[in-house]
Amino acid sequence: MALLQISEPGEATAPHQHRLAVGIDLGTTNSLVATVRSGMPLVLSDELGRPLLPSVVHYAAQGVQSVGYEAQAQQALDPKNTILSIKRFMGRGVKDIAHIEGMPYDFVDAEGMVRLRTAAGVKTPVEISAEILRVLCERAEASLGGMLTGAVITVPAYFDDAQRQATKDAARLAGLNVLRLLNEPTAAAIAYGLDNSAEGIYAVYDLGGGTFDISILRLSKGIFEVLATGGDTSLGGDDFDQRVFCWIIEEAKLAPLSHSDARLLQMRAREAKEYLTYHGEAPITVKLGSGEYVDVRLTSEVFTEITHNLVHKTLSPTRKALRDAGLSIEEVKGVVMVGGATRMPQIQHAVGEFFKQEPLNNLDPDKVVALGAATQANLLAGNRATGDDWLLLDVIPLSLGLEMMGGLSEKIIPRNSTIPIARAQEFTTFKDGQTAMAIHVVQGERELVSDCRSLARFELRGIPPMAAGAARIRVTFQVDADGLLSVTAREQVTGHEARIEVKPSYGLSDDEITGMLKDGFVHASQDAFRRALREAQVEAQRLLEATHTALSEDPQLLSTLERAHIDSCVGKLQAVLVGDDRRAIDAALSALNQATVEFASRRMNHSVQRALSGKTIAEIS
Amino acid sequence: MTLSTAPTEMSNDFTQDHYTLFGLPRRYAIDPAELERLYREVLTRVHPDKHISRSDAEQRLAMQWSTQANEAYQTLRRPLQRAQYLLHLAGIDVQLESNTAMPTEFLAQQMEWREAVEETSSAGDIRALEQMRRRIEQEMSEQYRQLEIQLDVEPDHLAACATVRQMMFQEKLLHEIDDALETLEA
Repeated sequence: MALLQISEPGEATAPHQHRLAVGIDLGTTNSLVATVRSGMPLVLSDELGRPLLPSVVHYAAQGVQSVGYEAQAQQALDPKNTILSIKRFMGRGVKDIAHIEGMPYDFVDAEGMVRLRTAAGVKTPVEISAEILRVLCERAEASLGGMLTGAVITVPAYFDDAQRQATKDAARLAGLNVLRLLNEPTAAAIAYGLDNSAEGIYAVYDLGGGTFDISILRLSKGIFEVLATGGDTSLGGDDFDQRVFCWIIEEAKLAPLSHSDARLLQMRAREAKEYLTYHGEAPITVKLGSGEYVDVRLTSEVFTEITHNLVHKTLSPTRKALRDAGLSIEEVKGVVMVGGATRMPQIQHAVGEFFKQEPLNNLDPDKVVALGAATQANLLAGNRATGDDWLLLDVIPLSLGLEMMGGLSEKIIPRNSTIPIARAQEFTTFKDGQTAMAIHVVQGERELVSDCRSLARFELRGIPPMAAGAARIRVTFQVDADGLLSVTAREQVTGHEARIEVKPSYGLSDDEITGMLKDGFVHASQDAFRRALREAQVEAQRLLEATHTALSEDPQLLSTLERAHIDSCVGKLQAVLVGDDRRAIDAALSALNQATVEFASRRMNHSVQRALSGKTIAEIS
Repeated sequence: MTLSTAPTEMSNDFTQDHYTLFGLPRRYAIDPAELERLYREVLTRVHPDKHISRSDAEQRLAMQWSTQANEAYQTLRRPLQRAQYLLHLAGIDVQLESNTAMPTEFLAQQMEWREAVEETSSAGDIRALEQMRRRIEQEMSEQYRQLEIQLDVEPDHLAACATVRQMMFQEKLLHEIDDALETLEA
């Protein structure tokens, strides 16, 4: 294993091996995987040359029967076990899902995230999404000929914390190393911006199968900066299908339908919608299982009329995002259209009218997100040279807050704050000798907690008994670069670390995830163990490489003694790396991590000082 | 969301003030372009995306540094927050000074504004609301000039504090107008 031949000492940007990284667009209707090959992003197709993977999973008694086109073909035959548009259920409870009564699934009534009872047992949306990711991961590894270093997975910009966390959990279940969760419109902006060397203010209007996002970005050389984002996570092409579906029922005066007939009609509704993009009228003919014939014609005028308010619904988040960015319509240089649903002429028309300019349609609206994600993954994996890279600044879409007395939400982090961001808030006890405190974290813009999304409830315990108002409990919210929230709490007066009990409102607990991972290992035999070992080895190589680079860049920041300690940890890790003892690798890995903490910190300080020392004397005085 | 009770202690001095972070002098007047340049310069070094394949410790540091740089930039780039922050550095908490009386004239004008906002929004007059917004912003730009004098030219912290407090009212009014506009446009 040629571990340390990667770069010569003192040569920070020496070429190293190309790391396999992909971008995954985990869509409501379709999913894609893309990578960068010879400097060009491209979507990876299946063995039949098809770039899209329908986001459909079909379960049978023994487990997953099929994913993608094959599963899609089962939707009307086995509606209960053929799961479509699972993205709409991610991080959601039963009461959040629109039209749930018309869905053919067997929902399990439980607290928190919705679950579906299938022929293969009860499944969470996280597990179902993981099946889609697994297929894409296999496709990529087969096509690229090796194990992936990591993946960038896209999420709607307007996804809240529960939805993001669910997506990351799904990737973890699928065995993917997530380099970053990337907002879909931001991914599209990267693809568009790099392709067209665009500079200035751009809007990305992204109407997918199930979600709508609008992002306002400022593009300048080397920086993609999101100024504001808005949207609706339950508005997309599916809703247009639903309108057509309802119209057909009314027009053909149909009696209540079986689940199979409903699915059949939904498919026809969708085909009609797509047909109307290029024709003035769509014939809809179906022979239902009930023996009834449907034969109606939908004109584009009627289609526009019955979907008018859906189109309108995308414009108020657009206005809001512009206002949050402090910009007027005139300042927007271009509007990039993303998502298959933007093909509809009435959308094109409405967007053009709103922004007073022709929308930009020069990228394939189905692929642009995956291509942008692949480009970012390639950057994050370290496959681009310094100077030939860019910086991405994204924001948190919804405000984060805490429940206060009277059921009101107190905002701690406002929406559209650039991430990563942290804010702290101090609380005190209101009773003498109070030793516990309940904290409820919510996300959303509304004043009442009941109108916001509940993220988690937790209890601080073990607060030392003091007089009312004497304790100072500092709760810190940290949102990382994936847009994910973590919370820490500490009692300030005594420095006591309070114990926290978490009840994620719509998420899965760590125990549940670990359980699912274990289940996966039991079923997947030896392969999974080999994969886990390989992952530890990849992780170890990554750290060795990083340490080597750091040592060659800034050797002067270490004393001889410190250097010797790090060198010895490096040696130990290299020694165990060739074996297959995963525990030994993990232990040596953690020792080296520990040994380099202080060094990393000094390097960061040093780097910032160097960055700032470029300024002129006039600025200092 | 994840929760933990153990914030990791790092040797970095994350208590350094926002001006020191960017190597800028402590003054109200700031060149926005220069501030932005420094912010980008720092972020290019510390952003988590630049440390993704590094050690866990380095990744955590990158997040903390970026968090700090974002906070500093967002505070310094907004004039009202910047003024408030400068007063805070001088030991004056603007929020705590809230028991000092505001000029009657100012309060009366605020009342008038507020009523006008309510009336126009219930009348559904979007254009009038937008006009009002512009007028308040104009008034605020005059107050910003005052702040520069009170903080940099002839430092008078108490006078600056009074100006900041008045402007906080104005800003709240702007938010109310935005909320009204949002409801009307929905």
